Amino acid sequence: MTSATDTHGGHDDHAHGPAKGLMRWVLTTNHKDIGSMYLWFSFIMFLTGGAMAMIIRAELFQPGLHIVEPAFFNQMTTMHGLIMVFGAVMPAFVGLANWMIPMQIGAPDMAMPRMNNWSFWILPFAAVMLISTLFMEGGGPNFGWTFYAPLSTDYSPPSTTFFIFAIHMLGISSIMGAINIIATILNLRAPGMTMMKMPLFVWTWLITAYLLIAVMPVLAGAVTMMLLDIHFGTSFFNAGGGGDPVLFQHIFWFFGHPEVYIMILPSFGIVSAIIPAFARKGLFGYTSMVYATASIAFLSFIVWAHHMFTVGIPLIGELFFMYATMLIAVPTGVKVFNWVTTMFRGSMTFETPMLFSIAFVVLFTIGGFSGLMLSIAPADFQYHDTYFVVAHFHYVLVPGAIFAIFAACYYWLPKWTGHMYDETLAKTHFWLSFIGMNLTFFPMHFVGLAGMPRRIPDYALQFANFNEISSVGGFLFGTTQFLFLFIIIKCIRGGEKAPAKPWEGAEGLEWSVPSPAPYHTFTTPPDVK
Amino acid sequence: MRQQARSLFLLLAGSTASGSSLAEWEVNMTEGVTAVSRNIYGLHMTILMICVVIGVIVFGVMFYSIFKHRKSKGAVPQQFHESTLVEIAWTSIPFLILVLMAIPATKTLVDIYNTDEADIDIKITGYQWKWQYEYVGEDVSFFSNLSTPREEVTNVRTKNPNYLLEVDEPLVIPVGKKVRFLVTAADVIHSWWVPALAVKRDAIPGFINEAWTNIDVPGTYRGQCAELCGKDHGYMPIVVEAKSEADYEAWLVAKKEEAEKERELTDKVWSMEELMARGEQTYNKVCAVCHQVNGTGMPPLFPALKGSAMATEASQIAAHVDIVVNGKKGTAMQSFANQLSEVDIAAVVTYERNAWGNNTGEMVTPKEVMEYKKTGKYVEETAKQAMPAKQQASL
Repeated sequence: MTSATDTHGGHDDHAHGPAKGLMRWVLTTNHKDIGSMYLWFSFIMFLTGGAMAMIIRAELFQPGLHIVEPAFFNQMTTMHGLIMVFGAVMPAFVGLANWMIPMQIGAPDMAMPRMNNWSFWILPFAAVMLISTLFMEGGGPNFGWTFYAPLSTDYSPPSTTFFIFAIHMLGISSIMGAINIIATILNLRAPGMTMMKMPLFVWTWLITAYLLIAVMPVLAGAVTMMLLDIHFGTSFFNAGGGGDPVLFQHIFWFFGHPEVYIMILPSFGIVSAIIPAFARKGLFGYTSMVYATASIAFLSFIVWAHHMFTVGIPLIGELFFMYATMLIAVPTGVKVFNWVTTMFRGSMTFETPMLFSIAFVVLFTIGGFSGLMLSIAPADFQYHDTYFVVAHFHYVLVPGAIFAIFAACYYWLPKWTGHMYDETLAKTHFWLSFIGMNLTFFPMHFVGLAGMPRRIPDYALQFANFNEISSVGGFLFGTTQFLFLFIIIKCIRGGEKAPAKPWEGAEGLEWSVPSPAPYHTFTTPPDVK
Repeated sequence: MRQQARSLFLLLAGSTASGSSLAEWEVNMTEGVTAVSRNIYGLHMTILMICVVIGVIVFGVMFYSIFKHRKSKGAVPQQFHESTLVEIAWTSIPFLILVLMAIPATKTLVDIYNTDEADIDIKITGYQWKWQYEYVGEDVSFFSNLSTPREEVTNVRTKNPNYLLEVDEPLVIPVGKKVRFLVTAADVIHSWWVPALAVKRDAIPGFINEAWTNIDVPGTYRGQCAELCGKDHGYMPIVVEAKSEADYEAWLVAKKEEAEKERELTDKVWSMEELMARGEQTYNKVCAVCHQVNGTGMPPLFPALKGSAMATEASQIAAHVDIVVNGKKGTAMQSFANQLSEVDIAAVVTYERNAWGNNTGEMVTPKEVMEYKKTGKYVEETAKQAMPAKQQASL
């Protein structure tokens, strides 16, 4: 079935193992090596962005200024958002795609291995440049991860130019990654693997990759216009020169809304693999899942102005974007109903990947509900730019993206390392994360509805109690992630030997190769019935 | 600490009835004091209830499965994987619910957008980090700054109940009248938001957005800027005082008289001490947010004034007056021509040229500032020449 080669064989044949030393990682074109590097990079960024969140929560623990100045607080909220979006979540999904897509479609590697190496190695440099702005004169970006002009142009710190360059590099990396994924999926499927036989993780990534190619250039355009406004005397976003600050928001959110689906669609694929595996029952409504994903991707392009209900767009525009946004609830609902029906009358067990997946369904749905509330434009006049929005997008991003990434790591760790992880510790990690996450973000709904604006370092007294609770939850969630690091390292270094297919109900080509997966898999394509 | 333990206990006990601190546990949107705000509250509760009902059904089925259909209870997986009928049902039913929801939402939105036939127009301009209110056609205009003392922010003094939600001069409007707000900004984007009125409109430089309200109940309503606008975004609150029509008219008259008195002050002959005293006051209220109380600023965004060429070199007096009057384009340094009276501008410039060891002994008078505003030229007033040297010694 596969050329399960001895990876350390010294004999001179074409199948060889990894090179030795540091250069293995610098020069590698192996999808598994690159996948691992993406995942480690993403984890480091997750801890970095998380540390900034801890500073934010510490400052907000009580009203009054305590540990940081407002100017620095704004840099923290900005960098937290940028690092989590561009450094943690997106690279983690690309890492998972690198590891799993070739194995799931029976391909020997990614279609363009050399470009794969390049698209990874841009990232650390872009991230270092972005973070280095914090140490520059005038501080780092302080205008929020949405960097609305003119705050981010005429009124920005000098380091903004470095921020723009970092965004360009991150964008180039994402586009190359997306091209690679599309080329791999469309060209390297094993014989018999028709499109409608592909695992949903492959499907959702295919659609995500198209979203990336569509919108990353738009983001590049936005930051380039900023660059020109700052340094070359143009007035794209400067009303005084005939430009339009609102134009910036239109461009940003034309990128930004598909971007949030870029961070959620691969999760849908992961959960659609894990729930059937642990319910021991095939996914309900595979076809409708594919169509729902495509519908969500399509809708993501025509709802951007729901982020701008208060900027004063005309009534007719307001109505269009409200209706279009409400529509998203339909395909998203279909997905949730399908997952629940998959569980219904299955035969479930609750290993850690399943726990994270169930939490994903419940909490992502709660985030979806608040999203539906936000879509009601008149009500959005009260919700907009309050902590209600912060609660909403953390409910879709933390359990949505991060929990799905945790679930994927636990699900595929035996395949990656050849060892089972420590189930007791992993369940502890789950429960502490679950409690911490809800304790942090649920009270934010309350303070938001009660009138607390977002992105403020200090607040009125009536918000004090819930903020205190949020901070305690934040510290719990934050420190728990070191346990995750410990579990991963423990699993890499040893543990119970994992069989080729450690999960009873798991399906897919990746389980047909030994654990750990050999350095080269499917050098001869498998036969898919 | 004790307070914290108590609040945690209250939360765990699920109690919200903690007497005076009731508001601290507020979990829901305000109903507000206008017809629009009540409509919005109604929409909010309706959509929330729809979500709760759907949630109970979906999570109900899910948790039923989790408890019943587990391997440890000997559940055997059924093999059903597709049902077009079911898929159609759970596509179309939510769609119908959404259509029903869209109808009242559309009605309210149309109402919010109807800014016609207002009784009073007020132009609201957002600045870093304060609001300006201009009563169109009334010749009344003023700035509204945060009035919470710095010591409360830095935790030196106990915080008062309206901490960060109090201003020196609130916006005053009459009840029972349709008031139209024309919202714009002078520098970056801000957002004018008062929850009780359910009005939130972005204040965008170069644009004038419209919004309106019609308040039923007299009272004081508090809000905040809702769009990140730089360092002190958290420190630009909004206070609206809704008064009866008679009280509003009386306030308007008093406001006009006050402005007249302020204008007369320009003609007065000011001594160095008087200007310094007034300058210190104005500086700390208006300038210190960026340039800091001790004049060291926060370079490079907010330059230092202490020891700077602009504030110490005699040849730079005109430039100094100019930057305060006209601001500096493309930076946070705004024009204060309409924000501060001639007296205040003169006092601030004088203060900046003599405080923190910038002992230039130079003094700028209100008349000079007025002259500068009119002609764009700084001409030293001859009458003041005799004073400074001696005054300087006594400072």
